Amino acid sequence: MYVAVKGGEAAIANAHRLLADRRRGDRSLPSITIEQVVEQLGLAVDRIMAEASVYDRSLAALAVRQARGDMIEAIFILRAYRTTLPRFGYSEPIDTAGMLVERRVSATYKDLPGGQLLGPTFDYTHRLLDPSLIGDEPVAAPAMKEPGEQAMRVSDILDGEGLIEGDGQMPGGHVAGDLTREPMEFPMPRDLRLQALARGDEGFLLALAYSTQRGYGRTHPFVGEVRIGEVEVELDLPELGFAVSLGTIRVTECQMVNQFKGSAKQPPQFTRGYGLVFGQSERKAMSMSLVDRALRTDEFSEDIVAPAQDQEFVISHADNVQATGFVEHLKLPHYVDFQAELDLVRRMRRDHEAARAGQANGMKEAAE
Amino acid sequence: MSAVPLLKVRDVSKFYGSRIGCRNVSFELYPGEVLAVVGESGSGKTTLLSCLSTRLMPSSGMIEYHMRDGQYRDLAHMGEAARRFLMRTDWGFVHQNPADGLRMTVSAGANVGERLMAVGDRHYGNIRASASDWLRRVEIGEDRIDDQPRAFSGGMRQRLQIARNLVTSPRLVFMDEPTGGLDVSVQARLLDLVRGLVHDLGLAAIIVTHDLAVARLLSHRMMVMKDGAVIEQGLTDRVLDDPREPYTQLLVSSILQV
Amino acid sequence: MNDLATYNFAYLDEQTKRMIRRAILKAIAIPGYQVPFASREMPMPYGWGTGGVQVTASILGPDDVLKVIDQGADDTTNAVSIRAFFQKVANVAVTTKTVEATIIQTRHRIPEEPLKEGQTLVYQVPIPEPLRFLEPRETETRKMHALEEYGLMHVKLYEDISRNGHIATTYAYPVKVEGRYVMDPSPTPKFDNPKMHMSEALQLFGAGREKRIYAVPPFTEVVSLDFEDHPFEIQTFEKPCALCGAENVYLDEVVLDDRGGRMFVCSDTDHCEDRRAHGHAGSMLASTQHQRKEPAE
Repeated sequence: MYVAVKGGEAAIANAHRLLADRRRGDRSLPSITIEQVVEQLGLAVDRIMAEASVYDRSLAALAVRQARGDMIEAIFILRAYRTTLPRFGYSEPIDTAGMLVERRVSATYKDLPGGQLLGPTFDYTHRLLDPSLIGDEPVAAPAMKEPGEQAMRVSDILDGEGLIEGDGQMPGGHVAGDLTREPMEFPMPRDLRLQALARGDEGFLLALAYSTQRGYGRTHPFVGEVRIGEVEVELDLPELGFAVSLGTIRVTECQMVNQFKGSAKQPPQFTRGYGLVFGQSERKAMSMSLVDRALRTDEFSEDIVAPAQDQEFVISHADNVQATGFVEHLKLPHYVDFQAELDLVRRMRRDHEAARAGQANGMKEAAE
Repeated sequence: MSAVPLLKVRDVSKFYGSRIGCRNVSFELYPGEVLAVVGESGSGKTTLLSCLSTRLMPSSGMIEYHMRDGQYRDLAHMGEAARRFLMRTDWGFVHQNPADGLRMTVSAGANVGERLMAVGDRHYGNIRASASDWLRRVEIGEDRIDDQPRAFSGGMRQRLQIARNLVTSPRLVFMDEPTGGLDVSVQARLLDLVRGLVHDLGLAAIIVTHDLAVARLLSHRMMVMKDGAVIEQGLTDRVLDDPREPYTQLLVSSILQV
Repeated sequence: MNDLATYNFAYLDEQTKRMIRRAILKAIAIPGYQVPFASREMPMPYGWGTGGVQVTASILGPDDVLKVIDQGADDTTNAVSIRAFFQKVANVAVTTKTVEATIIQTRHRIPEEPLKEGQTLVYQVPIPEPLRFLEPRETETRKMHALEEYGLMHVKLYEDISRNGHIATTYAYPVKVEGRYVMDPSPTPKFDNPKMHMSEALQLFGAGREKRIYAVPPFTEVVSLDFEDHPFEIQTFEKPCALCGAENVYLDEVVLDDRGGRMFVCSDTDHCEDRRAHGHAGSMLASTQHQRKEPAE
């Protein structure tokens, strides 16, 4: 059964047709391929995968093409797809100590086992527009060790001396939470907070992290280590009795080392903020680690004095798909409510006029 | 004064880890009685007040309150709902800083009326009349009823906070350095007002202060605290005129006589 | 990547629907209480009805007849879009007639036609917490509900009266449900509040972004907060609907020209059309037809 409804439907269909036209642009130019997006706009693809919580380069590339390059729209499209996917199981925690690192830098040690590896970084490039990129000039093959190597984690070096808090143990039988499957509740445990931050908007986390550096919830951070590379994902199959490898994913991990003077409960030792992001995004992983540390006020009996320390504030507003939906919903019709407000303002203005007229009369009488 | 104590406090201690907040404090407070708790900062008087008013849970000991139904209830075993209800009906709490006890962005009338509304008063005209009456009793012009406390002086804010607490006719009021942040002349006027109200309403009160003049003026009985413990207690005039403990003697001799 | 487009009936998987139905049952058992639920990411933006859509998707069956309104109208773009969504993913029968619908999803209005037993009204809710703008913290507001500490709500109404002489809340006007929970009726104009009281229909509220579901079961007491000497009152309009002549209905103001010309017409388009089909005519009916014929004038 179908009931025709006036107006709206045709308008929507026409709008979407125009959108498709604008998306394609000048038909005399070749259409951009998914493979080209994956290969040549890889960091955009990484960000979409990270904030959509789906590790699939092709789908992320499709989403960003469909979204005409709008990152948040692309994240939104991919998330709406993710939500319909069945869950087969939860993987074992990835072991970043076993990462095949392509980049690994530490700010806390000049040299360390495994060395400093710069990898494919924008750091130390001079930000000069490069005319050679206008054309399609040949690019030299990289000079690098094969095929990537393992390196000891800085946090493990410090841990050996007991100078830094350990990874900590989850209580027995603890199942890591999943924000996308369970209702959110505050106060929120750290595993769920980290999930929220990992999915959170890069720009929002960057701004919050920056605020902690400028004194709004200072954490005295040092980059213990940032590492980028491939890690293996394993799934424990009860039928087999052991974990099988599902393949590798590329992640960026940041271990931020923070000064801590100790409290009644803990001896003086360094504490950590943790950041882990799909793909290559140092900015996001570092921001996440700063905000993670700032949010751990409970554990270290710190006063909440700044926005970055306030978990309800941070977690409730970090999700850009939620934020953009609610900000943009203001363009939906609100004329029923506005009508009610119009009526009220008119009534209040009438009362106001009447009161003023009354006063004026009163004054006139008093003068007479 | 009635023969039955309003509050029975037995061996109340509060520890912060290994640090002592207060220890083994016992006393009874009768209806209409004003008790001053004096001591230097760090003596444990504020910790004790927080325990008594259920803002902190004591580490050990028992605090019992004589409810309006005639029963004694152990505060530690009361549900949060019942405790909060007690706090906004039968009790009052006057903070040193009025901003902690007032809603600074709503009008004076609503500040006074809130407790009435919280216990179910639903008549705007009556609520406003009560608010107006209470503003008059604490010497705030009734024409200020729609002004926010932000526009009030420190002394006025403190008087507004008192009115806000007294509007539900509580039987017990806690006061934490009620004249703390005020000029001397303003202090004197406020103390007169509090003394009059306490007397007229037959309120019991526990007043924490480092100022012996406040204790002298307001209280019937006083307790002197040092290092978390009560070292001397008795009728206020007796303690101030004939202090027995060397520490109390030091305190008394170090202030100007009033 | 080519076999993506297989979705379950009404989009959500059955597991998710069960989870949402459990939340709905709990909400019905505790009228007015906000039940947290694991809201899913939906293919429409947060704030655009994701909560209502999830509730509808969870209760929708193949035999249901669905009506979707936004601002009281069936033809507003977001209503059209949501209706099209359910036609696509559930192939369900749709209607604009209030009386024919078994499920009505709404944003900002309650239909003028009184709802009947067996009908379900699903509200799209942006901010479910009636105390949110008095107290931003979820941890604190949940405590206030648990302890029934609603004095602050009346402080706000008191301030309205002391400042304006009357309560200046016109929509999302707070109500108390079955004498216990204070509830946000979603941003419907307060004109619609009395319709919630003792309604024969089941009323379900879904807030997707805020992950809350709440409900008013049939024949439940819904009382708008007020003072004894400043009782709750609804908006009144000076003139009847210019198209169908209806009185005591909610009207939209339509701007006719740039010289201050206005007309007031039913916000509930179905109600208006139905009345006109039964021969009722408002004062402007003739003249608007005239304008439509000669737009160049």
